[in-house]
Amino acid sequence: MAQHWKSETDADGIVWLHFDKAATGTNTLSGEVLTELDELLQEIAAGAPPGLVILSDKKNGFIAGADVKEFTNLSDTEDAHQLIRRGQGVFDRLAALPFPTVALIHGFCLGGGLELALACRYRVADEDPATRLGLPEIRLGIHPGFGGTLRATRLLGAPAAMDLMLTGRTISARAGKKIGLIDHAVPARHLHTAARSLIAKKPAAHQAKGWQALTNHRLARAALARFLKHKVAAKAPPAHYPAPYALIDLWREHADDAAAMLDGEARSVANLITGDTAQNLVRVFFLQESLKSLGKGEDTESSPRFGHVHVIGAGVMGGDIASWCAVKGLHVSLQDRNPQQLARAMQRANGLFKKRLKQPRLVQAAMDRLMPDLAGAGLPRADVVIEAIVENLEAKQGLFRDIEPKMRADAILATNTSSIPLEELGQALQRPERLVGLHFFNPVAKMQLVEIVAGDATNSEEAGRGAAFTRQIGRLPLPVRSAPGFLVNRILMPYLMEAVALVEEGVPAAVIDKAAVDFGMPMGPVLLADTVGLDICLSVAEKLSTHFGGAVPARLRGLVESGDIGRKSGRGFYEYKGRDAQIPKTAKDYRAPTDLTDRLMLRLLNEAVACLREGVVADADRLDAGIIFGTGFAPFRGGPMHYIGHIGAGVLAARLRELADSHGSRFTPDDHWTRLLETL
Amino acid sequence: MYSGRTVYVIDGSRTPFLKARGKPGPFAASDLAVAAGRPLLARQPFSPTDFDEVILGCVNPGPDEANIGRVASLRLGCGKQTPAWTVQRNCASGMQSLDCAARNIASGQSDLVLAGGTEAMSHAPVLLNAAMVGWLSDWARAKTLPARLQTLGRLRPGHLKPVIGLLRGLRDPVVGLSMGQTAENLAHRFGISRATMDGFALESHQRLAQAQDNGRLDEIENLYDHKGNAFEHDDGLRRESSLEQLAKLRPVFDRSFGHVTAGNSAQVTDGCAWLILASEDAVQRHQLPVMGRILDAQWAGLDPAQMGLGPVHASTPILQRHSLGLGDIDYWEINEAFAAQVLACLAAWQDSDYCRDELGLDGPLGDIDPTRLNVDGGGVSLGHPVGASGARIVLHLLHVLARNQAQRGIATLCIGGGQGGAMLVARDTD
Repeated sequence: MAQHWKSETDADGIVWLHFDKAATGTNTLSGEVLTELDELLQEIAAGAPPGLVILSDKKNGFIAGADVKEFTNLSDTEDAHQLIRRGQGVFDRLAALPFPTVALIHGFCLGGGLELALACRYRVADEDPATRLGLPEIRLGIHPGFGGTLRATRLLGAPAAMDLMLTGRTISARAGKKIGLIDHAVPARHLHTAARSLIAKKPAAHQAKGWQALTNHRLARAALARFLKHKVAAKAPPAHYPAPYALIDLWREHADDAAAMLDGEARSVANLITGDTAQNLVRVFFLQESLKSLGKGEDTESSPRFGHVHVIGAGVMGGDIASWCAVKGLHVSLQDRNPQQLARAMQRANGLFKKRLKQPRLVQAAMDRLMPDLAGAGLPRADVVIEAIVENLEAKQGLFRDIEPKMRADAILATNTSSIPLEELGQALQRPERLVGLHFFNPVAKMQLVEIVAGDATNSEEAGRGAAFTRQIGRLPLPVRSAPGFLVNRILMPYLMEAVALVEEGVPAAVIDKAAVDFGMPMGPVLLADTVGLDICLSVAEKLSTHFGGAVPARLRGLVESGDIGRKSGRGFYEYKGRDAQIPKTAKDYRAPTDLTDRLMLRLLNEAVACLREGVVADADRLDAGIIFGTGFAPFRGGPMHYIGHIGAGVLAARLRELADSHGSRFTPDDHWTRLLETL
Repeated sequence: MYSGRTVYVIDGSRTPFLKARGKPGPFAASDLAVAAGRPLLARQPFSPTDFDEVILGCVNPGPDEANIGRVASLRLGCGKQTPAWTVQRNCASGMQSLDCAARNIASGQSDLVLAGGTEAMSHAPVLLNAAMVGWLSDWARAKTLPARLQTLGRLRPGHLKPVIGLLRGLRDPVVGLSMGQTAENLAHRFGISRATMDGFALESHQRLAQAQDNGRLDEIENLYDHKGNAFEHDDGLRRESSLEQLAKLRPVFDRSFGHVTAGNSAQVTDGCAWLILASEDAVQRHQLPVMGRILDAQWAGLDPAQMGLGPVHASTPILQRHSLGLGDIDYWEINEAFAAQVLACLAAWQDSDYCRDELGLDGPLGDIDPTRLNVDGGGVSLGHPVGASGARIVLHLLHVLARNQAQRGIATLCIGGGQGGAMLVARDTD
């Protein structure tokens, strides 16, 4: 008796194979699931039915992919290879069935799930926006391994298939229909009819035709592979991210020979999955999952708990928080005393909605959910109130005194302050225990992390509700203590200041940025400072230096005083043409200081260790998660603390002492390094 | 007179009225309704889903706004289960919605109603003419190349001449006069000179300017477009206007010898106004503040060629029913479709022949004190979005009464096609 699958035969003899993985709300492909499927497919084949339909009984979707947990136990390449070959065998059996097979797709159909659908002769998908199709394996440092590389390229042609596999992006059912991935994208009411119709009429299975098919030709492959590698290199250097290159090579070498391609696919994935990059990216995946679970709280009912958010302050942060909440389906009132400020916020919101929601009807609905609120009419009924006004203690305290009596007693009261201790803000409140920090990062629509800040007085239940709200709007909550700079800015700032110090020493900004990017940072520190705004950097740096010592570089202050505050003013460390930095060429004979990368990264790591000692976050894993999702810190390295463990705390501490000797006490290793030496 | 329960107005709001400037403005009619309604509903102690119905007046909803009342209701979050409908009585559509709401409250059918009017005149459709529609139908049926070529050969430049919806809408199809020409009729009948009209128009602008400067238009909720602009005021106001400038304008309807110009006519405008009407029960249940009561409404018909006198025919029966004279009304809002038309109403009430022959009165009804009429400007200065004005003048009248601690007011307007509408409101003095 199968545990995860249920097979039914209808009056026409068609077999409906329902996937309903036991003891979980989401279908994933584990070894056990595949073994059962294999047995069932043999039975079904023996019965020679007129057709087979595979569908999911889960509400949220078809199949989310392979069970990532099983990835973490893979250390031996040969074991991994065997495992993948077994999975391929199951899908090959499905693909070889002599009668029509249909994958009936709703919700997410990702990774191994889509590979299973690709092994069916036909695919029918619900046209609802909730349907998402994709092959996101690349994000875990691998590529499709259950025949997906072969079947996708043959079905769609190389450009469309490689786009899906190399970017890992997901597409809608309609987009899938357009590229030939889906045979019918229909409303839910027609899903079953469409499947029956395909089985009855047995149209020829779709495959890449014309120029699409030509892209898989040997001669085209060589050129296209070069082009694809060139494009990938701009985003993911081969030294850090081997998977895309392995995928391109696999296809270039074996696309003519199905058997060789499948075997090559299995070997390639086996190699990748046991490597550092994939293991670290899998680690990041689980760190993300653990942050997600923080927002669940005690009641796990899926219905949204918060319906109306009131944001006060329509500056860039407040406006963007408000529009993001509206994208996520909440009703939002955005309060500001200045109509022009509100108008600009509405304009930005409209841009975001068009980009994210695309369909005019959905854009209008989001605009309707977001109310510019000059009078603060939305305050009394809001479930969540977020303060995002000017970073000034008196102003914020005055606001709190004003709004607390008007708010619902059970509403969340949150501040988006980045630098003022909650203890001081709370002095203005009758009930300081209700104040929680929700520290968003700029740009809100891109940055996943939200620091959930608890002050000394903050009720832990309120912090939990703040995390639940954060989850509801699709962001990752990271609980942090109300220490200056919290976690992310605190750790980022020494790294940025070191970059400025290097500029002062005459190292070209482009050279500094390249060193950081080569390490794996998404953007160099100098460009990052310009992008954030040098005025903001200076203000944070000054606040942090009063608490933790250290000098604020004169160059930074000078630029701010002369009004060159970065990208938004057209000039900072770089010059800007529109939004683009004009990066000057470095002289050919320029030699960068050999300790450049160490100076940047070790200041960051040293601060991370200090934060851990002070208990700014609960543990090293949370710290890694915060820094990866808050700064984009090289995900393939698994986070700062994981990186320290990988290189060795002793080695890095020794290097810090050397740097302290040559460059000063800012490199003196934190006391906590010695503890790390004991534990790591 | 409404029989049954008392009808309360508890709150209201409107958008700034935005002058049409040739191109479609930034807001469709339902966008205006959402923008005016959202802050109004947000400040209520009850939920938008508590309304028993939503009624919206609109003359020309956009093609995507069939039953615009329902569209606005859903977009405002009044809920799927709240019924909503649209009313159309041309220039009085916004007042018609209030009348319908009031009747349903008085009769006990509804307790809490959102009612108003909206119009985006700048979005009035430009249509294909009938010949073109016929040609397109032939084209769709021509499947073969020869048939297509033959059909193509029949296309003439005349096919491309568009039908300007706005102009057609402002023309009476029965008597064949534009609204402006009906105003010319009245000017002629009562001997209203161009200078008098221009003087009235200038004063309308001056009054609106004063009202803006003194913050007397707090019924306005800002509009925000998608391009980073905020609209805070009625933007048809011409502060620099003068009699000399007005005198230079050419007549637009009777081009050679007429008197009615763009300067002494209502502006073509986009805007929306909403009011919340409530029964005693609803007022008690939600502890709502009361702005005033709607006591009575009257609709009247008259010669379409004299449609501008509609207010005279609609207001007089109300006065008679309540045994009131013109002077017993503390404040008046007579919608300014045309300066000539408002002046003609005043003249008609002073005219013993008119009062006797047309209204069946014994003698002239008398005068309206100009300092109690349209005290903060009107259609000439702030525009006349046809579907919205009826609701706006009732809303603003209630504000004027409150500001002056006054008791009674009449809001009234003329209606294209030869009708008049009037509404009597009252307020308990503090």
